[in-house]
Amino acid sequence: MYAFDYHKPSSVADAIAALKGAEDGKFVAGGMTLIPTLKQRLAQPSDLIDLGGVKELVGITVSGNTVTIGAMTTHAAVAKSAEVAKAIPALAALAGGIGDPQVRNRGTIGGSIANNDPAADYPAACLALGATIKTDKREVKADDFFTGLFETGLAEDEVIVSVSFPTAEKAAYMKFDNPASRYALVGVFVAKAGGGAKVAVTGAGQNGVFRVPEMEKALSTNWSADAVAGLKVDAGTLNADIHASADYRAHLITVMAKRAVAAAG
Amino acid sequence: MPDGGTGIGAAVKRVEDKRFLTGRGNYTDDINRPGQTYAYILRSPHAHAKINRIDTSAAASAPGVAAVFTGADMQVGSLPCGWQIHSKDGSPMHEPGHPPLAQGKVRCVGDQVAVVIADTYAQAKDAAEKIVVDYSPLPAVIDMNKALGGKTLVHDEIGTNLCYDWEIGDAAQTDAAFAKAAHVTKIDIVNNRLVPNAMEPRAAIGEFDQATGEYTLYTTSQNPHVIRLLMGAFVLSIPEHKLRVVAPDVGGGFGSKIYHYAEEAIVTWASSRVRRPIKWTADRSEAFISDAHGRDHITHAELAMDSEGKFLALKVDTKANMGAYLSTFATCVPTYLYATLLAGVYTTPLIYCNVKAIFTNTVPVDAYRGAGRPEATYLIERLVDRAAREMGISQVDIRRRNFIPPDAFPYQTPVALQYDSGNYIATLDAAQKAADVDGFEARRKASAAKGKHRGLGYSTYLEACGIAPSAVVGSLGARAGLYESAEVRVHPTGSVTVFTGSHSHGQGHETTFAQLVSEKLGLPMENIEISHGDTNKVQFGMGTYGSRSLAVGGEAIVKALDKVIAKAKKIAAHIMEASDSDIEFKDGVFTVAGTDKTLPFGQVALTAYVPHNFPHQELEPGLDEKAFYDPLNFTFPGGCHICEVEIDPDTGVVKVERMTAVDDVGRVINPMIVAGQIHGGLAQGIGQALLEGCVYDDDGQLVTGSYMDYTMPRADNLPSFSVGTESTLCQHNSLGVKGCGEVGAIGSPPAVINAVVDALWHLGIRDMTMPASPQVVWAAINSARPAAAAE
Repeated sequence: MYAFDYHKPSSVADAIAALKGAEDGKFVAGGMTLIPTLKQRLAQPSDLIDLGGVKELVGITVSGNTVTIGAMTTHAAVAKSAEVAKAIPALAALAGGIGDPQVRNRGTIGGSIANNDPAADYPAACLALGATIKTDKREVKADDFFTGLFETGLAEDEVIVSVSFPTAEKAAYMKFDNPASRYALVGVFVAKAGGGAKVAVTGAGQNGVFRVPEMEKALSTNWSADAVAGLKVDAGTLNADIHASADYRAHLITVMAKRAVAAAG
Repeated sequence: MPDGGTGIGAAVKRVEDKRFLTGRGNYTDDINRPGQTYAYILRSPHAHAKINRIDTSAAASAPGVAAVFTGADMQVGSLPCGWQIHSKDGSPMHEPGHPPLAQGKVRCVGDQVAVVIADTYAQAKDAAEKIVVDYSPLPAVIDMNKALGGKTLVHDEIGTNLCYDWEIGDAAQTDAAFAKAAHVTKIDIVNNRLVPNAMEPRAAIGEFDQATGEYTLYTTSQNPHVIRLLMGAFVLSIPEHKLRVVAPDVGGGFGSKIYHYAEEAIVTWASSRVRRPIKWTADRSEAFISDAHGRDHITHAELAMDSEGKFLALKVDTKANMGAYLSTFATCVPTYLYATLLAGVYTTPLIYCNVKAIFTNTVPVDAYRGAGRPEATYLIERLVDRAAREMGISQVDIRRRNFIPPDAFPYQTPVALQYDSGNYIATLDAAQKAADVDGFEARRKASAAKGKHRGLGYSTYLEACGIAPSAVVGSLGARAGLYESAEVRVHPTGSVTVFTGSHSHGQGHETTFAQLVSEKLGLPMENIEISHGDTNKVQFGMGTYGSRSLAVGGEAIVKALDKVIAKAKKIAAHIMEASDSDIEFKDGVFTVAGTDKTLPFGQVALTAYVPHNFPHQELEPGLDEKAFYDPLNFTFPGGCHICEVEIDPDTGVVKVERMTAVDDVGRVINPMIVAGQIHGGLAQGIGQALLEGCVYDDDGQLVTGSYMDYTMPRADNLPSFSVGTESTLCQHNSLGVKGCGEVGAIGSPPAVINAVVDALWHLGIRDMTMPASPQVVWAAINSARPAAAAE
């Protein structure tokens, strides 16, 4: 790890001011990706601005048909939240399946979606549930937020404040783990809401998380595992690595989609 | 055995665990010496490159830096190979140099190029980034098949990538038997390359005492005396009396900490240059590219049978990867620890094996838990399984038909070994019962009803432990003796310290060895200390590997204990005014036979050191005995492993539902420790079969260089194991012990893969590679589906 200056502001405004005042500053949320990156000397920020002291970024509120999760809320907090479990059980289950207990106790939803790791779980939930990401500057629809591998629509000095998830009639997330890292080799989030259906896939796409319109169309008219059983994502758009060929990933997307629909009931 | 049961056969809780579990272990990295500096090793990013120039000037003047050394500075001996193999034409193997710091060329990713020594580790690492190395990358040779006959040479000076071309057995007689066979079964096997992944990464501290001229090396070693000998005599020219090697608590080795590594030589050598102690500790990424890897064989084998499925002959052709350099014991693994095991538990009368050892631009390969024997077992047991299917004989019948019968011992195999004992029918019977094989068909149907494929796989295996005797291994090329030493020092008040040349790095020797003392001398555990790992304390030692510690090291302790008892009896006889021959010793008390005259052990010990009433004319004072034990033969543990898997055809996931191991490990000293050893071995065996595998790309970059891509077994990959022992006693050591450290890793991989093949056979799948990862299994099922549908 290279040396850097450390800041721990207590408000979003102070955090942004600290970033602006730094030569090459970086926000750190839970640090589950950034700290290992620093330890391997793969990044060299001049300043690290720790959002862990910003209390306004932590917390879960359920109001009407919306679950709003503060950006610095940990995966563990979401996983064990009775309110989330009641409003969107699939979201609580997803949070409980991220990493291991140490990761869940440090990692945050804001950190996860800001990093937009192509194998992260939360981006799939954001897309399938039609979440809205609130920053210090604006509100962004999930569909416009995730723009590519480790890329989002966030500006350098923009801070995620919270993520709002509309509830769904039915929803479930099925993840097939990478055998080594236990990240999603393929993760499929399905949701039925407002007369339509959404299907989002993480872990597999060459450009990160993506939706599957054919499956959404099929499920909108027939919410059943059978409806997606014959639908396959084009392997040409998918990742290949030592753990899974693009063909295998394409196959797994269908299998996980079927299982997710079945699990959603 | 004393009250409470701490002798042979008692499940005594491991005495060392208290300090380990409470964080009070003392590992190499826990040790800090006054004025200590830190070393960072700059490693090659290239698999193969010429070094044109190294500019260390900016690094040398960086903050905190004490020194920077390259191969130009460190002109020392080559890291030695401990076993010389001769090719079938009689020529000695090629032994290219293995410099601790690269001399003009790097030959694998991770090769040591320079060392920076600084006040802190971070400063050393910072400075290393300022070293400018001008490389000319060369084509790399990674694939063993391409290495033979290709133009790229790992070592230009030897003119070939073939280290040796070795054979064992009678080729002509074997061929003749094949000509008469009713059926020949053929198989191609890849034994996947593994990364050892001990929990504690390697570390070393070198220290030079300017006053005495004595060097001390603290290191993560399984055999500190061997390191002292190899490094002192061959690399750095430091005589033993000026070199102390300490291997304190060591957090796992699995073979990878047997070898003498460059880093040990570097910190020791440099400590006298910078005149300060130097610590080096590998980080995990560094361990992946600097610890010797394991396995990595490619084999074609053929088994000739008569019409009844009786084995007539076995022919094996193996290529074994050595990596870029010869690690300490690399050369004996695919020869004397592999091909000599090819009879397995069967009466195969003729065996011929050819082994080609090959250099590639990869990390050196050496012994890893099992070392040669897992490769042999995997080959035989996959081949036998396939033969049974081709012959229409059951998996069990083909084995029973070919087992060496229990009354045939001692049994001479056609590949040099003579087995002393075993009962393969008994371990098979016991394992079948424990695995509820009778209930399998019902379970298979229940799985099928859920759309899953269930399979059952067997492995009836044998291995050889406690490699010996020295005279024989010497004639086969070993450059070391393979005995063990012990000293039993009885203190004046009757407590005992045992100094053993074995080394414990997870095995629980402090408990097992103390149980031997408790049994023999009738002492409670708290009066016994087991000391190991320091060449200044322990007389000598060959260390711990090949499941040898109890069968060789334990026997040495017993021999020394017997000497203690013999002397103590004489002292007791003198005190009780009786004849030596009338003295009996039991449960820590000397008795004059047929009388009520008794003397406790402690009283005799005190008399030995306060010899007022002592037989001075016959004995010297003191009660302190040494023994060196050189076994007459290997020991031969064996047994039966049965694996039951359920496969999800939609994802290719293989779930191990049941894993049953019934092993013959000889007499069991501590059943809890034996069970623990077998559990760990099974985890590694299942790991090799389903999860672990090293992947290099064509440029020689290690793709599986971290836990993001290298799949270590985790608890949820494993079932609750059913383990048991069904022992025959070793016939040539007094304890009757055989060894248990490796049986789990040796026996289990073929059982797992045979179970996978069994589950998928009806789909037309005939083979399965390791690791049988979800992708591999799904691809096999996916490509078998159209074929099956067409039938």
